[in-house]
Amino acid sequence: MKAIIATTVFGVIMMFAGLMVNNKKSIATIAAVLFAALLGVNLWDLASTSANAADNLYFSKMLRIEHYSVWFNTLMTGCTLIYALLMGREIQRVGIHVAEYFALIFFILCGLYLLSSYNNLLMMFIGIEILSIPQYILAGSDKKNLKSSEAALKYFLMGSFSTGILLMGITLLFGAARSFDIMDIAAVLHTDALNPLALAGIMFIMIAFAFKVSAAPMHMWTPDVYDGSPTPFTAYMSTVVKAAAFFAFLRLFQVSFNTLSAHWTLVLAIITAATLLVGNVTAVFQQSVKRMLAYSSIAQAGFMLFAVLAVNKFAWQGIIIYAVAYSVATIGLFAVLVKLKDFTYDGFNGLAKSHPLLAFCASIFLFSLAGIPLTGGFMAKYYVLLAVVQQGQLMWLVIFALLMAAISVYYYFRVIIAMYFKTGTPEMSSPVTAGDKLMLIITCALVLLLGIAPQLFLNQV
Amino acid sequence: MILILLILIPLLSGILSFAIRGDGAKTLALISSMVTLAVSAYVSASNFTQPLSFAHDWIPMLGTQFSLLADGMSSMLCLLTGIVTMVVMISNANKETESPGAFYGFMLLSQAGLMGVFLASDALLFYVFWELALIPVYFLCSRWGGEKRIAVTFKFFVYTFVGSLMLLAGLIYLSLQTQGLSSYAWADIVRAGSSLPAEKQQWLFWLIFIAFAIKMPVFPFHTWQPDTYEQSPTPVTIILSALMVKMGLFAVLRWLLPVLPEGVAYWSNTVVVLSVIGIVYASCIAIVQTDIKRLIAYSSIAHMGLMCAVAFMQSNVGMHGIMVQMFNHGINITGMWLIVSMIENRWGTRDMTRLGGMATAAPKMAIALVIISLANIALPLTNGFVGEFMLFNGLFRGDSPAQITIMVFAGLGIILGAVYTLNMIQKTAYGNVAEMTVNKDLSVNEYAGVAIIISIILFLGVYPKPLLDLTAGVAKMIVP
Repeated sequence: MKAIIATTVFGVIMMFAGLMVNNKKSIATIAAVLFAALLGVNLWDLASTSANAADNLYFSKMLRIEHYSVWFNTLMTGCTLIYALLMGREIQRVGIHVAEYFALIFFILCGLYLLSSYNNLLMMFIGIEILSIPQYILAGSDKKNLKSSEAALKYFLMGSFSTGILLMGITLLFGAARSFDIMDIAAVLHTDALNPLALAGIMFIMIAFAFKVSAAPMHMWTPDVYDGSPTPFTAYMSTVVKAAAFFAFLRLFQVSFNTLSAHWTLVLAIITAATLLVGNVTAVFQQSVKRMLAYSSIAQAGFMLFAVLAVNKFAWQGIIIYAVAYSVATIGLFAVLVKLKDFTYDGFNGLAKSHPLLAFCASIFLFSLAGIPLTGGFMAKYYVLLAVVQQGQLMWLVIFALLMAAISVYYYFRVIIAMYFKTGTPEMSSPVTAGDKLMLIITCALVLLLGIAPQLFLNQV
Repeated sequence: MILILLILIPLLSGILSFAIRGDGAKTLALISSMVTLAVSAYVSASNFTQPLSFAHDWIPMLGTQFSLLADGMSSMLCLLTGIVTMVVMISNANKETESPGAFYGFMLLSQAGLMGVFLASDALLFYVFWELALIPVYFLCSRWGGEKRIAVTFKFFVYTFVGSLMLLAGLIYLSLQTQGLSSYAWADIVRAGSSLPAEKQQWLFWLIFIAFAIKMPVFPFHTWQPDTYEQSPTPVTIILSALMVKMGLFAVLRWLLPVLPEGVAYWSNTVVVLSVIGIVYASCIAIVQTDIKRLIAYSSIAHMGLMCAVAFMQSNVGMHGIMVQMFNHGINITGMWLIVSMIENRWGTRDMTRLGGMATAAPKMAIALVIISLANIALPLTNGFVGEFMLFNGLFRGDSPAQITIMVFAGLGIILGAVYTLNMIQKTAYGNVAEMTVNKDLSVNEYAGVAIIISIILFLGVYPKPLLDLTAGVAKMIVP
């Protein structure tokens, strides 16, 4: 609860900082300090969350702050801090309104905190809007670039369209359950005879969430938006923001709809299979690493959907570790990417010779995304697979997903091949400072720590 | 505590090696491999009194432990890994490699991975090492290999990765069937797997077996192998063919046969037939090869096919034979690759049509070639004979027409093996002396490497008892 207030205040502070401080560098420093402070507030929240669930209801029962949601908030804030430290200089280069960019990220975090703890569909809706609107602005923040404007417009149109569908679903559900409270809805759906209104509502909500997490066939906006947006913001949108949408997705379907899972599991399983197929197969054909990462984020979303599919206790652990492992590795990879001028695979040629540390870290991040053991990505895949295998009904999907994961090796390793086994002199867009190197090493260590001792990140769940 | 040294020594010296510039890495690798060999010899020796084990908590919430166990089969394979790695380092001592720090670093890391695979007695730990052994080899082949290395190695990697992922799904499924909290300990996995209904075991079998079949490789999963062997630099080819393919067979014996007995019983005929097809098919292809490296690659498929067929015949003497033969095959094929790399070094080609006259130009090398080749086709008084005899004994189980057919075709493999091996000796060692680029017989380090191999061949050919004793207990445990 304190974190929600803090992030709003920090966002406002950032906007004032933009008025008063002229130096971009100092603004970035202020932002980093505030992110660190926010992490501290989250930890304070974590310590003060009462074990008694009734104590943690806020805003006339619209928010139910649970231990695992605070832990998720903490981890995502940590990822944001790493992001701010890794990308700070790149964000400064996007445009002149640096303070606003950081302020918008604070507001995104506010949306994230609401989404992880909502107890009411209205709060969920507000959370999604708070999460989305800053993103529309960030996507279009490179105003001189036509592609950036295109991305913003596309994202906005598609986003509002899916919001409409979401509202439609919520309305239908309200008709069936006569309440917006997710606990009440769960109780009604549990006892009532099957209500067609409720089923239609669930389907609409599922489709709206599929838009938000870019699951096929609602993924069409993703590649253009991710490719067109300024790279540092793509890194944020495709990681922390996406994880937040997943967490909200899982929360609603786990808490409210789990008794009806027999009715929606198959639809969601087909969406998952389609997402894995489209994401992985299309990523193979990309020539630009940035665009490949957009498709890879679709592919990874397919794996995260596993957590929603498995209605059991492993799902929470799965989504949390997946969110962290995927976010950290992807942010790290983007941090390497932005250092290069040329975003195609050829742009990476010979990076291992000219910048061995960058190449090494990028390889670790790619290993993690591909799911090689001892990296976070392996443990993440492991947990979501565990959740679905435990659920027991969907072995075909598990096998299919594993074949798709093998395809993913193709495009991830293409980067490694370019860096290590091809010759060339990559052009850098900005020099790699000692600070960059230090942050990359820390991020790398985190990825490995997630793979070797995942319990450190899951003890709180 | 000693067991963990087997993994730690190569791991740490491998990491250290990356930091060293110049030839220091070579020395470090040599010393590290010698120390590792000494430790693995100690581990094998202590097997006769009390097998060593090691356990430490790893991820308790997943029910997985960092637990190692060196029973007869594990310590035998660790010993093999130790010997082969050391021989590779010795015979590589006078060769120049591009960026030696990274090269030897990756070599040692792959050794660490292999040791882990052979020692792990926890399924998840086994899986982790199974994958980790692959990554350094991927880099070794892609960076230091032949012309087509990148595409070929990539195929190899994707192939094995697909298998590994299936294996992971199978292991997760099994661990969820264990009693109470999920557990990955070997004993628990065996208990859970063998108490599953037959129908479940039948489909789980393929989930788990494909990974092992690709690694061995069993026909028709072998297509990555000849290309990869050909394109890899010889030290890596040795690691691949002498050690990594053993991972597949070892895994079948440890993680498949006891775990899914009914699944194995149901599919064993299929696998045996596939293996026997592989033996004949690979031998026939080997006959028409002109590149020595490809010839040995195909001969290796035939040898592994025989071991795989016997593994699924489930007889005690056969199991025992497999373990003995795993060791012997590793030694023999290491010897073969050493000779091939010397030939390539002297004559600048591996094409048999352009070779000849080794017996005149380099007599010591020719003698080594003949001895190692004869061991490879299992002539009595060489180590190959002991293993192959036991294998055929294990294969010949009853006199139904089907079993006799299998026996006959598998036996055909021996004859065809003699055809291509003797043909190779004739073409390389005799005839007109082909022009050499480096005119020199064995150098000191090559001499040492070959001498180690040949003395093991002859010693175990005459007195195989230590090897038989070491592995007898485990063979009895798999098939009483």
